[in-house]
Amino acid sequence: MESVEVQQITLTDAWQALSEISDPEIPVLSLVDLKIIRDVRVEGATATVELTPTFLGCPALDYMKNEIREKLLALGFQTVNVELKLSPAWSTDLLGEEAREKLRVFGIAPPEKRAATLAESLKKPVVCPYCRSSETRLESSFGPTLCKQIYYCEHCRQSFERFKTL
Amino acid sequence: MALEVPAGIPKEALQRLLVALADDELILGHRDSEWTGHAPILEEDIAFSNIAQDEIGHALVWYTINEQLGGKSPDWMGFERDWKQFTCCHFTAFPKGDFGYTVLRQYLFDVAEQVRLKNLASSSFTPMKEAAEKILLEEGYHLMHSQSLVERLGNATEESHKRMQAAAEIAFPQALGMFEVLTGEEDLVNAGAFSGNTVLKTEWVEIVAPVLASASLRIPVEKENGEITLNAKPDEGGRKGWQKEHLKRLVHDMQTVYKMSPGGSW
Repeated sequence: MESVEVQQITLTDAWQALSEISDPEIPVLSLVDLKIIRDVRVEGATATVELTPTFLGCPALDYMKNEIREKLLALGFQTVNVELKLSPAWSTDLLGEEAREKLRVFGIAPPEKRAATLAESLKKPVVCPYCRSSETRLESSFGPTLCKQIYYCEHCRQSFERFKTL
Repeated sequence: MALEVPAGIPKEALQRLLVALADDELILGHRDSEWTGHAPILEEDIAFSNIAQDEIGHALVWYTINEQLGGKSPDWMGFERDWKQFTCCHFTAFPKGDFGYTVLRQYLFDVAEQVRLKNLASSSFTPMKEAAEKILLEEGYHLMHSQSLVERLGNATEESHKRMQAAAEIAFPQALGMFEVLTGEEDLVNAGAFSGNTVLKTEWVEIVAPVLASASLRIPVEKENGEITLNAKPDEGGRKGWQKEHLKRLVHDMQTVYKMSPGGSW
């Protein structure tokens, strides 16, 4: 019988594996890009992941929990715990420039930075992710998923989605 | 994960508050979802479907905290509980009516949410405080939407004004029922869990009265020397579980699929 070598799986391995999980609704961003994985702790063969939701009613949340579990079990962990943390509340301000550019390339206008009030945050003109024109208007305050609104570009005459500022 | 209640906060009353919050969200979320595929324009179809999904997500948060305090699971609360055990206010369970009523109800509810959540965001019970802070961020989009619709429809045409005014006459006394005082509420107030429904009701009236006035809608509120008088009988009883037939039908619809195969998954 072959001897099974118990290999220490490092924290870096765990983060690397998690960065390979895509958001099911915005596949260009990983859960790590989205900054919804708050913390990862490794103790022997047990991994504990702190996950924070984007929108509370997001139907992808359970799916993401399962993906995390499966990914880390495949890496060799015996036990994977996913803890849901609401505080501090997730904000789109956490998205880095690289993630924002990935959204643009995918055809989604990135979220505006948060201002003192929501109305204030939504005042600035939205730039069309296709042609980069600012001749755009809000078409619908709500969109195909909880995290998006629908805009229309007068310049290239296309509808596009915009990530809601949260 | 079990939660401990800090000393001084009465657990039973705290759970009553959590379930009341959750039931309002779940039941209004269900009513909003009734517009999916039926709203007057596509944008509103999308809006009310989204709002429904948000509200039901918020219900899940409150039910989860209740479960962590020893209550039943969120699924049990939504899908197995008898309709007479729900403690939503009558307002959220009332049939969706015409689109004018839906819009006005949503606005009155959204303001109540703002007032409640801002208050709960300084609760002495940390899980409730953290949930309120998170929910508030999402709710801003609901309020912006419902308020702009109320202002536009109230002032648009004779027909839209007439329908909004008719909605106001039904909705206002019902909306006061959102602030029905809970059994044991005084102890929660003393323990700093929240400021109590009477305080919240006054804050709510102060916000909605001028907005409704700007939408040319009359409501039975008088203000003299800073003193507010409400000339309407609040539609209460929901918090005590005295529910009406509307809720019975809604709960039956909501639970039908679940009850075909309780606990099933796919």
